[in-house]
Amino acid sequence: MRRAIAVVCRKELLETARDRRIMFSLLLGPLLGPVLFAVIMSVAVSQSVSSIEEPLEVPMLGIEQAPNLQAFLAARGIEPLAEHGLQDADDAAAAVARGEHDLVLALDERFAKDFGTTAAARITLIFDRSKSRASGRVERVRRALGAYASRIGTLRLVALGVDPLLLRPIAIDERDVSTPAGRSALMLGMLTYFLLFAMLTGGLHLAIDSTAGERERRSLEPLLSLPVARTELLLGKMAATVICMLLTLGLTLAAFPVAVHYLPLERVGMSAGFGAGTALAVFGVLAPFAPLGAAVMMLVASFTKTYREAQTYLTFVLLVPTIPLVFAMILNVEPRAALMWIPSLSQHLQIMALLRQEPVPLSLAALSAGTTLAFGAAVAALAARFYRRESLLG
Amino acid sequence: MIAVRGLSKRFGAVQALDAVTFDAADGEITGLLGPNGAGKSTCLRILSTVISADSGTATVGGIDVAADPLGVRRVLGVLPHSAGLYQQLTAAENIAYYGRLHGLPEPLLAKRVEELLDRLDLRAIAHRKAKGFSQGERTKVALARALVHDPKHLLLDEPTNGLDVMATRHLRDWLRELRDQGCCVLLSSHIMQEVEALVDRLVIIAGGRVVERGTPAELAARHPGRNLEEIFVAAVLGASRGAAA
Repeated sequence: MRRAIAVVCRKELLETARDRRIMFSLLLGPLLGPVLFAVIMSVAVSQSVSSIEEPLEVPMLGIEQAPNLQAFLAARGIEPLAEHGLQDADDAAAAVARGEHDLVLALDERFAKDFGTTAAARITLIFDRSKSRASGRVERVRRALGAYASRIGTLRLVALGVDPLLLRPIAIDERDVSTPAGRSALMLGMLTYFLLFAMLTGGLHLAIDSTAGERERRSLEPLLSLPVARTELLLGKMAATVICMLLTLGLTLAAFPVAVHYLPLERVGMSAGFGAGTALAVFGVLAPFAPLGAAVMMLVASFTKTYREAQTYLTFVLLVPTIPLVFAMILNVEPRAALMWIPSLSQHLQIMALLRQEPVPLSLAALSAGTTLAFGAAVAALAARFYRRESLLG
Repeated sequence: MIAVRGLSKRFGAVQALDAVTFDAADGEITGLLGPNGAGKSTCLRILSTVISADSGTATVGGIDVAADPLGVRRVLGVLPHSAGLYQQLTAAENIAYYGRLHGLPEPLLAKRVEELLDRLDLRAIAHRKAKGFSQGERTKVALARALVHDPKHLLLDEPTNGLDVMATRHLRDWLRELRDQGCCVLLSSHIMQEVEALVDRLVIIAGGRVVERGTPAELAARHPGRNLEEIFVAAVLGASRGAAA
């Protein structure tokens, strides 16, 4: 019995390896995916870095009333834009709404008169909150203005002989305990889905070809009239699919440390923590998912008529593992026993822990692998039942 | 020897087979003749155990198809209607794959594949991928594949479909050769002339029922003055009138 499974498995792999188009698409994903991932990440990182030091030119209306403020801002890299052609605050608001400027600083016309009295001198910050690109700059200008105001206030209190500390009854100190690896884990959060997707895609062709494909090219009927139980045929095909998926996953993971190496994660005070050891551990975490993925794909393919039809359905199936991941990201859950029975979520939680360089209890890891494999066996049994139906012939 | 007794099969509203009974003896070629949709393929599929009958029995070499399907498949070679090959495998690999699934040990398998390549004149394409094969080449490889385990019984569903004159002649020669070796050959067709040239015994089915059976000579004696095609047409028309009544 085991011989037939091995014969079927070997033949499916041989046929896949011979098909140049399939091999090309199988290799393209694992090699291009991590590069794409690295590019997206490096753009995200460089954007968050750039807004910190870069000199910023902002149209400032009425700044000539406040040369000290201008000098204070200039010391923080915020300069007035020379030619902006804006007349007043309304003009500026329209320009910001049109997207010509990210933000405009408008000093009240009574600014000079009010400054130095008990009345507050007013400054208006004009910006568009819906533009995420501008939010870093707005925050930077707002902080600079706040710092100036607090310095002036302090000086005034000192001049009146009052201790400025009276205004600070509570001192708030911040201590961020996230490790550099922890911070990058946040950014690598989409990694699990990326890897699951790559793995499922790797087995997609074989899963479809073994049922819908065989039926379409009319090789299923003679195959079923051989003295081999249908369950064995299914298991052989499933084994080939699982091997293909694991190879794809391995290739993707091998390419990842290389791609992540070129990420400028250190510039934002992060370390990726994605060496060969982590890659190997991630492989171990994700491997139990392969039989489940293969079984689900073969189950779906077994009741479709053609390759194309199966492909359409399976595109939706590829999205199913994301559902627990989306919940995990929204709810920010931690690994615990009550959650480790959910396939894809349990793998995600373990991978996040690995990237944060936190230990996952062995019992939780075993629970995750065990339940995922059990789900895989259950779905495979269901697929075998479908495979035994007469309508399999189509 | 293939024995079919009162075989019935229904697909939804369609009665594909209605109490079909016939025998196909060893050392004979039996032709299952009928118009399209008469139930020929359904009958052959039940015999090759890929579907099961609603009622009635069928045995292949004395083995019951319902009780021991794996046993039946071991003594049976099947060439289904327009059987597909694996495009990325060569002719020899396609044949060997089936041999391995039949559980042939490797040395015997290698010998069998060589024999079949010679006998079916497949040497030239033995190590070419099946991708670009002509219909005739595909049918030959599929036949070799069905014969790899040297079965006593052979089922062929419309085997000459899509074959040119030369390929059809070759196929007939091989089938006669198999018969002479004592094989029980059961083939289906809807082309009277083809069957006439080849078969020893005829079973005509229409609308899922057997309407005529016997050797060509017996049929001619039963319907004097008519050729086989006229007998076939009359039998089929009679069956459809019977169904309408």
